[in-house]
Amino acid sequence: MKRFIGFVKKEFYHIFRDKRSLFILFGMPIAQILLFGFAITNEINNVDIAVLDHSKDATTEEIINKISASKYFTITQFISHEDNIETAFKKGKIKAVINFEKDFSKNLIKERKASLQILTDATDPNTANSITNYINAILQNYQQAENKDIEVAYQIIPQTRMVYNPELKSVFMFVPGVMTIILMLVSAMMTSISITREKELGTMEILLVSPLKPFQVIIGKVVPYIFLSVVNAMVIVLLSITIFKMPIQGSLFLLGAESVLFIITSLALGILISTIAQTQQAAMMISLMGLMLPVILLSGFIFPITSMPIPLQVISNIIPAKWFIIIIKGIMLKGVGISYLWKESLILIAMTLFFISLSIKKYKIRLE
Amino acid sequence: MKTENVIEAKALTKKFGDFTAVNKISFEIKKGEIFGFLGANGAGKTTAMKMLIGISKPTSGQANVAGFDVYTQTENIKKNIGYMSQKFALYDDLTVRENITFFGGIYGLSRKRIKEKTQQLVSELGLEEIKHQLVGSLPLGWKQKLSFSVSLLHEPRIVFLDEPTGGVDPITRRQFWEMIYKAADRGTTIFVTTHYMDEAEYCDRVSIMVEGKIEALDTPKELKKQFKVDSMNDVFLRLARNIE
Ligand SMILES: Nc1ncnc2c1ncn2[C@@H]1O[C@H](COP(=O)(O)OP(=O)(O)OP(=O)(O)O)[C@@H](O)[C@H]1O
Ligand SMILES: [Mg+2]
Repeated sequence: MKRFIGFVKKEFYHIFRDKRSLFILFGMPIAQILLFGFAITNEINNVDIAVLDHSKDATTEEIINKISASKYFTITQFISHEDNIETAFKKGKIKAVINFEKDFSKNLIKERKASLQILTDATDPNTANSITNYINAILQNYQQAENKDIEVAYQIIPQTRMVYNPELKSVFMFVPGVMTIILMLVSAMMTSISITREKELGTMEILLVSPLKPFQVIIGKVVPYIFLSVVNAMVIVLLSITIFKMPIQGSLFLLGAESVLFIITSLALGILISTIAQTQQAAMMISLMGLMLPVILLSGFIFPITSMPIPLQVISNIIPAKWFIIIIKGIMLKGVGISYLWKESLILIAMTLFFISLSIKKYKIRLE
Repeated sequence: MKTENVIEAKALTKKFGDFTAVNKISFEIKKGEIFGFLGANGAGKTTAMKMLIGISKPTSGQANVAGFDVYTQTENIKKNIGYMSQKFALYDDLTVRENITFFGGIYGLSRKRIKEKTQQLVSELGLEEIKHQLVGSLPLGWKQKLSFSVSLLHEPRIVFLDEPTGGVDPITRRQFWEMIYKAADRGTTIFVTTHYMDEAEYCDRVSIMVEGKIEALDTPKELKKQFKVDSMNDVFLRLARNIE
């Protein structure tokens, strides 16, 4: 036990005296969570739009008021002529223009229909899509309110409700993903680098000549990273609760336990990588290409798994991150307990055991 | 007085694929002896040593170290030996004291013992002023001496030194050999590889390895007599010529 404490202490010296490790451990997680939280978002909020009103009557005024009253849009400009639409877009601030036809109100009463045009800046297609949908929804609402006294032969009124994330906040999607990436990065990449570093420096040989058993050496090397990863997980959860108002519907304890499980899965992967890689460079490359890329592309973090081609859907099953994201989304957003998540948890446990036994097999106690 | 053999090797062999790095080497080393293991670059010295210290499995042959078998009792061997590798292998990002504490710790020394040892080591090596400096900032000679002292921390019966004086200036080399003598006087067996022929003169017995085989093994005096030359360097040259 005393040997073990000495070992862990030494590992912390390495970490705290190396700027690169410190940055990966503490700088990256915070930078990533803030980046994903603030910069990369599908939500629209206070989008600047312009209005071109050829009609200027009671109805258009009412609609305009409705739109500017919503928190999604701010009407910053009134355009007087079609020719000015292009200039408004080119300046870049305006993301959409609403163009009311002439005699809007009159047409509505006389011909029972009037038209308006929504022009959006589609340089960012996702945002453009969202803007169109939001404006449509506002118009729909307005129409329903107006028509409520009138008998209509048929009317289908869809009532949509977004469950688990009613405000469609994209940060709810990113937090589980970012947490997964960070835990993976810290656990797998840092351990594989720190183990290969000892190989490269020749100190691993000294450790193996000592009375320490190989598995003691490995445990001594990974324990600090379990600790640091848990701290990281807590920081991420705290940031997402305080800054992004992310709800934690389920049990915090379960969230913690599942996170520790995933950390151990990642550590096992890190150990496996260190049995293959001979240099720190190689360990880093394998971690980045072999772990980060699949996590980002195939775990369902950014691209929904259900819309992937079938072969990729199949491959996604062997990515531990996919299961962990399902688990933490379940706990954080749906508030479900272990009775819903036991299957995913078992898969992670099985993967961990597989990685460990593979590492033991590959780990050459005698450096042949 | 009959002294015990602490290392015995018999036809010890290591192959990497088709290549035979160590070819049927045999020798016996007595307690307290300074045994020089000589050979040119690539002769197989490091490979042979790694088999003896239990981190490389021999392809064939037998060997005992401190009475334990290199195939089956490596855990016991490890408790009885110290090892200084050819590559400098203390932690550069730890201070002198932290390194001593760490290595003392993994050999299971008590805290009190580590403290005493640190004190003793620091004053012997004259490291008082720099014991809180990172090892990475020390000159190579000091690093090597520190590394040797660390390999002796747990007072092993045998210490294996792989080219401990490589790249070090002649004065430091002398000091280093004084340290080796001191350890040998206390009864520690020294197994040391080198390719400085003048250092061979300091050894009790030397073996000269050429391309995986031991071509000569005796005291420096006997070897010089046998080859009818005045220096170990000439012995080595003769040997190389004979083989061609
Ligand atoms: N793991 C390995 N796989 C294949 N060949 C190896 C391996 N280790 C060593 N060798 C080869 O075995 C031979 C002996 O190497 P070794 O390191 O034992 O030599 P050495 O006498 O210690 O040389 P040096 O003075 O350079 O340290 C060399 O030709 C080397 O290339
Ligand atoms: Mg060597």
